[in-house]
Amino acid sequence: MAGVTIRNLKKSYGDLQVMHGVDLDINDGEFVVFVGPSGCGKSTLLRMIAGLEEVTSGTVSIGDEVMNDVAPSKRGVAMVFQTYALYPHMSVYENMAFGLKQAKTPQDEIDRRVREAAEILQITDYIDRAPRNLSGGQRQRVAIGRAIVRDPEVFLFDEPLSNLDASLRVATRLEIARLHERLGATMIYVTHDQVEAMTLADKIVVLRAGIIEQVGSPIELYETPVNTFVASFIGSPNMNFFAPADVAKDQGKVTTGIRPEHMEVCDASEAVVSGKLELIEQLGEYAICHLVTESGTSFMAKMEHAPIGRVGETFNFKALRGLQHAFDLDTGIRV
Amino acid sequence: MTDKQRIILKNRIAVTFAWIAAILFFFPIFWMVLTSFKTEGQAIAVPPQLFFEPTLENYLEIQERTNYTKFAINSLITSFGGTLLALMIAIPSAYAMAFNTGKWTKDILMWMLSTKMLPAVGVLMPIYFLAQKFNIYDTKFLLIVIYAMMNLPIVMLILFNYFREIPKEILEASRMDGTSTFNEIREVVMPLAWGGIASTALLSVILCWNEAFWSIVLTTTDASTLTAFVASFQAPEGLFWAKVSAVSTLACAPIVVFGWLAQKQLVQGLTFGAVK
Repeated sequence: MAGVTIRNLKKSYGDLQVMHGVDLDINDGEFVVFVGPSGCGKSTLLRMIAGLEEVTSGTVSIGDEVMNDVAPSKRGVAMVFQTYALYPHMSVYENMAFGLKQAKTPQDEIDRRVREAAEILQITDYIDRAPRNLSGGQRQRVAIGRAIVRDPEVFLFDEPLSNLDASLRVATRLEIARLHERLGATMIYVTHDQVEAMTLADKIVVLRAGIIEQVGSPIELYETPVNTFVASFIGSPNMNFFAPADVAKDQGKVTTGIRPEHMEVCDASEAVVSGKLELIEQLGEYAICHLVTESGTSFMAKMEHAPIGRVGETFNFKALRGLQHAFDLDTGIRV
Repeated sequence: MTDKQRIILKNRIAVTFAWIAAILFFFPIFWMVLTSFKTEGQAIAVPPQLFFEPTLENYLEIQERTNYTKFAINSLITSFGGTLLALMIAIPSAYAMAFNTGKWTKDILMWMLSTKMLPAVGVLMPIYFLAQKFNIYDTKFLLIVIYAMMNLPIVMLILFNYFREIPKEILEASRMDGTSTFNEIREVVMPLAWGGIASTALLSVILCWNEAFWSIVLTTTDASTLTAFVASFQAPEGLFWAKVSAVSTLACAPIVVFGWLAQKQLVQGLTFGAVK
């Protein structure tokens, strides 16, 4: 088992720099999720750890060893790809055995490890089938199985669930969480889905444009986002942001952020913001009310029960238990 | 006329044109086969005879007086040998180009292909002298090398396009699995591009088989192929139409049969990129 240490890591494609000096410590056995919008460099970072992408400068270490110039297969990592990347001309068994075969593992050892992995992932029943005869979810299990048999120190997942439909995504997500529980290996997981990030991670790394914006546990990121970017990226629906003009009580020159689930209807005397109800999305379990302030800022309020009133009416809100955030008006940094 | 009638008429016209083109292509072959069963007299009769009493005389005479089998074997060896050699060079090269595409890859391919635009006769002299110098003139080895070089640009271009269809992630997965480059080509790339490789090989065999220029120029007796054999029937006293037709039919027959047997593979290979 091993952790991953990244120091001042940079990546350029010609003149275009995509990673701007990343420092990160991933502890042994930790489940770390890289999250960010597309093009933020999260996949590039993962691929540099895997060895599929060359490092321009800086270091990637796994355990105590600098891995910059070590071949992917010798880094003790295994990767699960978004597109599964199974070998179409091989059976499930052969797909999982291929890496071990390349490493000249004895046949009985290969057999034992493949069967064991198949058992864990419950794919024993279709171990002789070709990938084209499997469903998307089954294929992804095989891809995970291929990673397991190599007994890696670090698992790398590159958006493994984005090709699955919604219900399968939830099921597979749970399975990955269980797998982490069971194997205790270090896992690094890339996604743009913040729900996956929140549910799976011990530690979330939020990236934007090749820079780490914040590293922390899911709850840290949720409760104390360091800037408006992280605040808007973590949590669903997105956090509401109010300009000073929207806010009833003078808060200074700051952007005020309140999450939709923390909006509480109150009297005018206590109000932080007020807005006119424009639309109600009823989702059964809760309702999302879309409102707009007098100066035209749209915001949402997540209500546990029935809608608060009728469209066109005006409501006053304060932050539940004072859960409100303040960010610098210019830089967006938490104050 | 209704719209429907107009569509039907359009289709009929299109079909008619297709038939005309098909007949235009097929007629000389048909006439060649027909003539091969005529006597020399019937072959040059005016007006041409469509109905006559067929004879095997020409074929028998060729069997008796010439060594058809030797030429056929030469054709076989040089076609397949040249194709094999071309594939052995082209597969690793196309692999390198398809999966490590650089700034100049496309230009290199274009440049290679552009050599096909030069008239072969332009490099005749140096090749002729080299062949004599190295004592390989009139050998099958020489033809194999020449055929391989001749088809290499096209074989590489086609393979390059097939290889590019292979998802990059699969190769990355194999790299994560610790596959050596050789094994990656042998166990991942080749099985995945099998249809493409087969149809490329088929095309190359056909091109080699039909090649006449080099085989006429670079062989005299030992390594002559069927195309040189056909050409040798052109005598100073004139052409013997019936016999030339019979020889030509014999030269065409094997590759036509071969192509027909491999038709499924050929069509599959040619449409591989389009429908996947």
